[in-house]
Amino acid sequence: MANIPQLLIHNRRDNVGVVVVEDLSAGTDMLCVVTEDNSEIRARSNHDVPIGHKIALADLAVGDTVIKYGEDIGKVVAAIRKGDHVHTHNLKTKRW
Amino acid sequence: MNLAKRTVWGYRRENGRIGVRNYVAILPLDDISNAACEAVAAHIQGTIALPHAYGRLQFGEDLELHFRTMIGTGANPNVAACIVIGIEPHWTQTVVSGIAKTGKPVAGFWIEGNGDIATVAAASRKAKEFVHLATAKVREECPLTDIWVAAKCGESDTTTGLASCPTVGSMYDKLVPLGLYGCFGETSELTGAEHLAAARAISPEISAKFMKTWSAYQQDVIEAHKTSDLSDSQPTKGNIAGGLTTIEEKALGNLEKIGKKVKFIDVLEPAEMPARGAGLYFMDTSSAAAECCTLQAAAGYVVHIFPTGQGNVIGNPIMPVIKVSGNPRTVRTMSEHIDLDVSGIVRREMTIDQAGDQLIEHIVSTSNGRFTAAEALGHREFVMTKLYRSA
Repeated sequence: MANIPQLLIHNRRDNVGVVVVEDLSAGTDMLCVVTEDNSEIRARSNHDVPIGHKIALADLAVGDTVIKYGEDIGKVVAAIRKGDHVHTHNLKTKRW
Repeated sequence: MNLAKRTVWGYRRENGRIGVRNYVAILPLDDISNAACEAVAAHIQGTIALPHAYGRLQFGEDLELHFRTMIGTGANPNVAACIVIGIEPHWTQTVVSGIAKTGKPVAGFWIEGNGDIATVAAASRKAKEFVHLATAKVREECPLTDIWVAAKCGESDTTTGLASCPTVGSMYDKLVPLGLYGCFGETSELTGAEHLAAARAISPEISAKFMKTWSAYQQDVIEAHKTSDLSDSQPTKGNIAGGLTTIEEKALGNLEKIGKKVKFIDVLEPAEMPARGAGLYFMDTSSAAAECCTLQAAAGYVVHIFPTGQGNVIGNPIMPVIKVSGNPRTVRTMSEHIDLDVSGIVRREMTIDQAGDQLIEHIVSTSNGRFTAAEALGHREFVMTKLYRSA
């Protein structure tokens, strides 16, 4: 179990990662793996976050761009701290 | 494993194409002929009725699409023979003639002037004859790459882009260079990754054709019909529950299906049969699962790969749909729907390359006759794409 990551990150440029375990609780010191090169980092979750949902890897201000897959996935609409749950309450599409 | 030499056991049709199923289809031209088709299918074992909602008072491009979908469905190599029943003879005969070009047995019946009961009796007699022809067919060995394989994802979540879609991409990267026909679609769902999709076209000409198709959907459909924005529909509520927040994020995961290397060689109209030889094709489709699968089957694809995160349960009446999921919760809570569990990818216990190899084995066994989960569970969603209101 020890080497199963809690968070996966597609690309080194990403500022969010994806929770890949069930029942992740606030305060967890997560093993995070960057899938493009298998490099590892550690990060702490600020919230209970469901499997499949995102966690910020950096502090982000309103208007900042969220990067995943090394690409733009939308804009920050409420301030985000490193370790926060990132979803529809603080991230919105730039398309419609 | 030498993939170039892998074979499967399929049904060789009159036009040389290979099918992996052997249906006698009872195809209604129109909505009001569903009852007669279902009566024939209930009477004659070994047949399958394909009821749907449309076929009356359509015109223009919408009518062309209706005919193309009807003819393509009957022409699909998974169909050994086809009965067409319509309310009147003219449009019925249009569909019969189109299917007949494949050389397969096909016959048309119409209800006006005959009534349902006499029509069902005559069609049943012909259907029984076709069942004997179909069931006498024997599978023969043929190259794996003779199996046309389409893909579309649904009830996606963030694991789709991490695991199940890259698994499909690995399969396409391995098999398309060997001569496989592949297909991806979902025009609206590439929004946010359209620049990356356009860059995967084989030439500047095909890239421009893709961007023209994608832009037309944005302008003619979304801009024309939206009431606020599309946030309530794309991503879907299921996508959002699974952690996807924006259409851009969903699109980037979706596009993982086409792998890292393979280029697409043409842009197809909905239900259009590929005409540029072996390779990967983009088809202009809705992102709704049943509509997209129905169009891909009508274009001649005989096996479908369906990556899902949250657990879409879609099937198709004539084309086996193989479900792939990398979500550890979904493969536990909805295990009866998932053919290939690739959740080992997110636990770092399995590589995408290994998952792609496992998917190829599933394509082989499914082609040889093994039922998919959707087939065993009776999922037969057949949904025609309608372009606009009928006259």
